[in-house]
Amino acid sequence: MTLDTDIIFTTEQQKTTGNVLPLLHEIRHALDTLVDEKIPTIIDLRRIPLSADDEEKLEAFLGTGEVRAEISALGPTVLQETQYSGVWIETHYNEHDEVMGKFITIATVPHILLAQGSDIEAGLTRLTHNLNTPLPSTGSSPDDPVEQR
Amino acid sequence: MSSSISLGERLSQQGVSRRTFVKFCATTASLLALPQTAVPQMVAALSAARRPSVIWLPFQECTGCTEAILRSHAPTLESLIFDSISLDYQHTIMAAAGDQAERSRHDAMRDNKGQYLLLVDGSVPLGNKGYSTISGQSNVDMLIESAKDAAAIVAIGTCASFGGIPKANPNPTGAVPVSSIITDKPIINVSGCPPLPIAITAVLVHYLTFNRLPALDELKRPLAFFGSTIHDRCYRRPFFEQRKFAKSFDDEGAKKGWCLFELGCKGPETYNACATVKWNQGTSFPIESGHPCLGCSEPDFWDHGSFYQSLFPWERYKAKPGAGKGGPNH
Ligand code: SF4
Ligand code: SF4
Repeated sequence: MTLDTDIIFTTEQQKTTGNVLPLLHEIRHALDTLVDEKIPTIIDLRRIPLSADDEEKLEAFLGTGEVRAEISALGPTVLQETQYSGVWIETHYNEHDEVMGKFITIATVPHILLAQGSDIEAGLTRLTHNLNTPLPSTGSSPDDPVEQR
Repeated sequence: MSSSISLGERLSQQGVSRRTFVKFCATTASLLALPQTAVPQMVAALSAARRPSVIWLPFQECTGCTEAILRSHAPTLESLIFDSISLDYQHTIMAAAGDQAERSRHDAMRDNKGQYLLLVDGSVPLGNKGYSTISGQSNVDMLIESAKDAAAIVAIGTCASFGGIPKANPNPTGAVPVSSIITDKPIINVSGCPPLPIAITAVLVHYLTFNRLPALDELKRPLAFFGSTIHDRCYRRPFFEQRKFAKSFDDEGAKKGWCLFELGCKGPETYNACATVKWNQGTSFPIESGHPCLGCSEPDFWDHGSFYQSLFPWERYKAKPGAGKGGPNH
């Protein structure tokens, strides 16, 4: 069980909470807003009681789209585009593979996938520094010819 | 002491990328029941925050709360955040001792007057001041002295929140919670024996982001973690509704995973997030291991009869529309 699926009803007797259909309508409405007003929406699945069965149904309905991206940031984050372009399932795990958060993101690109300004600046500083520093082990530069063995 | 370097700068020095930080804020906002639209504000405020000075007073306690927090899974971003506060005093874990340690506390109080956070675990004995002292100073005197210029107080665990086990009948030391002594400061009770470590981190993050405590229930507990009962979120709940109860720890019902109500489960009256956040790296919570909830995050949980005596009548705890929201008496 994970943080987001350990919601109340998970046995034979009560397989569904009845929340899948309203949630799908909410996603449709958010996609409409993205198309008309270019405003993204994030739906936090922790706030909506869903059984394990409900989640399966939801994911089956949304299907799998063209893009799957994985970020490695203190545990993996998986972004799976659904068959409805602009609708993403965003799942954050920690280093122990526990689900720390699960969202339906309705956006052109989920924000977390974008390179972040301060990371770009830090990257530029590092790149500049590395280009001006000989490789520590050999004292060579990346452009030195590689000798045949 | 609060530092001139911001939390964002400190995390980036530790090699934590902004993207990782965004992820942490998104998942913490979700835990705190904040809308995801609050995440950019959280990222900006938290990364600009200066390390707050924190004074942590361990009083009449078993060190279980300290263990739970400091030994929580390593190295998560929550632990990095925790490392990023300036813990100016915690006599259980600090290298300094005696007068030197007390000097650190006084220095931190003077340098961060009105701005430091006071964390307290353990109850305060009033029966005889000598029952629990630190460097010769009684717990009650140290609490009053340290609370005077604190911005807010976080009572960690059931002992600091409600008196806990030291206060259990016949309360030989005259133990009281922090809120019985300090009445003029914002106090938040993160109860539990021990409390969930993520609840403490989330409270600190909320405070650093918004400069105030999160929404509380009537017992001053953060609603995001104490807004529903164990029973509300228990995966055995369908068996409860069908009156399928284990009658002993090894009968057929126990083997089939039926409800533990008749074995004394206090889940229906216990507000805490164990059923969703879980323990031991998210492995499970006690009911998943076949043991009833003891109700450890509630006041006087030790004095509510046997842990194995059931809460009757069953009908009282049946699902009602809208049940389980908004605090203990709702
Ligand atoms: S009584 Fe206890 S075991 Fe039964 S459903 Fe409630 S919390 Fe779960
Ligand atoms: S399951 Fe109940 S007794 Fe156990 S830690 Fe959680 S609130 Fe306390």
